[in-house]
Amino acid sequence: MNPYNYLYLAALLFTIGAVGVVVRRNAIVVFMCVELMLNAANLTLVTFSRINGTLDGQVVAFFTMVVAACEVVVGLAIIVTIYRSRRSASVDDASLLKR
Amino acid sequence: MLEIQTPETIMFWVLAPLSVIAALGMLLVKKAVHSALLLAWVMISLAIFYIAQDALFLGIVQIVVYTGAVMMLFLFILMLVGVDASDSLTETISGLRPIAITAAVGFGGLFVSLIGRASLGRDAVGLTEANANGNVEGLAAKLFSTYVFPFEVVSALLITAALGAMVLAHHQRSVARPTQREQSIARFRTGSLAGVAGLPSPGVYARHNAVDVPALLPDGSAAPTSISATLKARGDMLESRSFELGEVDNTVAEEK
Amino acid sequence: MTTSTSLAYLIALPLAGAVILLLAGRKADKWGHLLATALSASSFGVGIYQLTQMLAREPEERAFSQKLFSWISVGTFNVDAGLLLDQLSICFVLLITGVGTLIHIYSISYMSHDPDRRRFFAYLNLFIAAMLLLVLGDSYLNLYVGWEGVGLASYLLIGFWNQKPAYATASKKAFVMNRIGDMGLSFAIMIAFATLGTVSFSGVKEASETASTAALTGIGIMLLVAAAGKSAQFPLQAWLGDAMAGPTPVSALIHAATMVTAGVYLITRSNFIFDAAPTAQLLVVIVGAITLTFGALVGTAKDDIKKALAASTMSQIGYMILAAGLGPAGYAFAIMHLLTHGFFKAGMFLGAGSVMHGMNDQVNMRRYGALRKFMPITFATFGLGYLAIIGVPPFAGFYSKDAIIETAFNAGGLKGILLGSTALLGAAITAFYMTRVMVLTFTSPERWEEDQHPHESPFLMWLPMAVLAVGSVTTGYLFTRGDGLVHWLEPVFGEHGEHEEFLPAIVVSGMAITAVIIGVAIALIKYQFSDVDAEAPENVTEFTRIARRDLFQDSFNESIFMRPGQVLTRFFVKVDDSVVDGTVRLVGRTALSAGSELRKTQTGFARSYAALILIGAVVLIAAIWVVTQ
Repeated sequence: MNPYNYLYLAALLFTIGAVGVVVRRNAIVVFMCVELMLNAANLTLVTFSRINGTLDGQVVAFFTMVVAACEVVVGLAIIVTIYRSRRSASVDDASLLKR
Repeated sequence: MLEIQTPETIMFWVLAPLSVIAALGMLLVKKAVHSALLLAWVMISLAIFYIAQDALFLGIVQIVVYTGAVMMLFLFILMLVGVDASDSLTETISGLRPIAITAAVGFGGLFVSLIGRASLGRDAVGLTEANANGNVEGLAAKLFSTYVFPFEVVSALLITAALGAMVLAHHQRSVARPTQREQSIARFRTGSLAGVAGLPSPGVYARHNAVDVPALLPDGSAAPTSISATLKARGDMLESRSFELGEVDNTVAEEK
Repeated sequence: MTTSTSLAYLIALPLAGAVILLLAGRKADKWGHLLATALSASSFGVGIYQLTQMLAREPEERAFSQKLFSWISVGTFNVDAGLLLDQLSICFVLLITGVGTLIHIYSISYMSHDPDRRRFFAYLNLFIAAMLLLVLGDSYLNLYVGWEGVGLASYLLIGFWNQKPAYATASKKAFVMNRIGDMGLSFAIMIAFATLGTVSFSGVKEASETASTAALTGIGIMLLVAAAGKSAQFPLQAWLGDAMAGPTPVSALIHAATMVTAGVYLITRSNFIFDAAPTAQLLVVIVGAITLTFGALVGTAKDDIKKALAASTMSQIGYMILAAGLGPAGYAFAIMHLLTHGFFKAGMFLGAGSVMHGMNDQVNMRRYGALRKFMPITFATFGLGYLAIIGVPPFAGFYSKDAIIETAFNAGGLKGILLGSTALLGAAITAFYMTRVMVLTFTSPERWEEDQHPHESPFLMWLPMAVLAVGSVTTGYLFTRGDGLVHWLEPVFGEHGEHEEFLPAIVVSGMAITAVIIGVAIALIKYQFSDVDAEAPENVTEFTRIARRDLFQDSFNESIFMRPGQVLTRFFVKVDDSVVDGTVRLVGRTALSAGSELRKTQTGFARSYAALILIGAVVLIAAIWVVTQ
């Protein structure tokens, strides 16, 4: 089998994550889709690490995980705050920018 | 040419379709909790792919950090927030869904076609050599030499994020918490005496004594207000008509 | 060249007067006219002092210069705000300040009943300052400043009684027609700068020796346009008649003696250019000849005494321009006629003002008559001026005009005969219409309107008239004595070349005197010895009708320039509205509609933004896909 197959898989997962961000309204699900995209990117990095025979790709993937963890912490805190003030977790309800 | 052994091939062709199906399911299921579980499945699959690709450390981290910590955080917040209309799958912004799907199909198609066209001009190498001293040792050597500065920066980022989350989550009360006396007065002030004595608990006088069963009023009808709004929104409330007095099976009384 | 530090005072004194009078406002009403007159007189004193300084020197060292400050300094192009006083300038300085002071004195009395007398004197001082700057500037650029300054002063003074719409229109007409001339001067300066690289008189003179004839001809023609505008020469002559709307002292000072002769100054000052550009010089002669005939013909038909005198001014300046166009032989005579004309024409205008003063501001000569008995002094001074202008020996005009006619004949060939005959004909017509003015005003039977009580003017008015009359009588003789003025001006104009005489001088003089006698005789027969209607008769010859309408000058201007101009303006307004503004509006509308269309993408929904990001990513990937193909 060709290691490139992992890349195809990553591309598909990334695309699915992107669609999810656009079509789902629940902020938490949207967030999960973002995580999916990040994970797809990580898979690409790990695969390229293997193809190139160096560990740099894995190091970057590691960093990505840390950053993703930070992002989840802050993002979820924001969702909780929004929910607290608007009683809704829908991303469409927070549409004050149009005015 | 990097030789990929048959077991990995089998593993890939089993897990890859499953993870894609799980990812698609994430978008299609109605309840956020199910989405989270499907995502956890995708992440575990990815962890297996990492380990299969000689990234043992990352595979473990993926399970511990993502599937363990991050997904738990997600579930925790889901419980905190509860369920509301945002879980509905009907699209409220007209034209967005076809646009998104068209764009996604174009994006994925172009991406896949690009990967198919791309070539490094050399064969894949494999990590046997890089992992000669062990994968964790190899990563550690990189992390604490070449990448030591980003590593430090990322640690600062983590601390900042933790602090930020605390600041955001901290809820400053602008008015004092109402005392029982104040709450009581407020209930009387609403004008209706129905709520004065407090809402009825679920399951009272009903055949099932469970939180999803409405209490029965003295006249035998069901009291919908006795059930948590969250359960109602989630649709987990049992149909109350079957517990109304008229429908109640009187056999027990007759037996006596 | 000798430097001097006192030249600036010449200009600064009257300028200070104008500033003080204008800024002090009503507070200066009581003493403003006295201050203005005193400052003008002191400027005249400085001029006299400079003249004595000059006389004490050798002819070649008589020019003074003063650098005030460095005005423009760009690379190799330097213009200083500098003054130059030479033999030519001093003639003008003395004429301007001398006649100017006399007219100040006259105005004290003439304008005594006007509530705005202070403003009038402020403008007069402003005019004197600007006119002095004009004749003292050492470069065309400095001259230009004075040139615009006198234009402004002229505009303000013609429209001094701007409460009457006709007067305001007259000042606007003068201003607009002067703009054409000003444009010519600015073009001349630009051409000089572009081709010669300098705009100072000395620099241009030096450069003109090696410059191309084409460039010099261009400069010369543009200078001629400028001179025609300022001096009311054909084809820009139409404004002068209307300029008589201003108070009579203004007509005397600005529109007879000084400002209108600025064109003559400009041409004689630029003698080196015209000497090197024969085509331009020929045009100067033609313009002069046409205008002298034109003005004389118009003068025969005018019933308004000031307009008749204005037509005469136009004609006399035509003589000067004609002389200036005759080259080195004529420059000095142009200046001589300018000076004598300054005396007698200013005197006659003041006389006309005196008559109007005694006749309740009546200007129609058909309503005058027999004023000799009531205004003896005015009659005497006006009469001396009259004798001077028609060229009766030994009065001033005879010497100067005779010299010009003679020089015109001596120009040689057919040109000489044509020019000489024109000048002779002009002299005859001048004699006719001036005699007509004289007879209608003073000697014919009275045709007054009712309730007229003509009386002699007060002392302050007749004194300047008397002084000017003395000038009218004596200056011609003084200037020609031993060819004094010609030799005086030689350092400026170069050698007064001797020409082959076409006719002996005595013959030309005889012909001139004969022409004058014929003109006078016709006028006497027509007006003195036959009855004159108090109303202008309607059954007149076609020629008179045309002459009364200024030989169609206004109709010509209106049909050739004004109407097409208006049509063109309307067209351009339309073009501006539809094309220029349309383009601007289109840009605005495009931005507006693009904005309101693009605004629709700003729904506030995070998901639609995410969709846009996705589309952007698709485009990016597609671009990479295409590029890497």
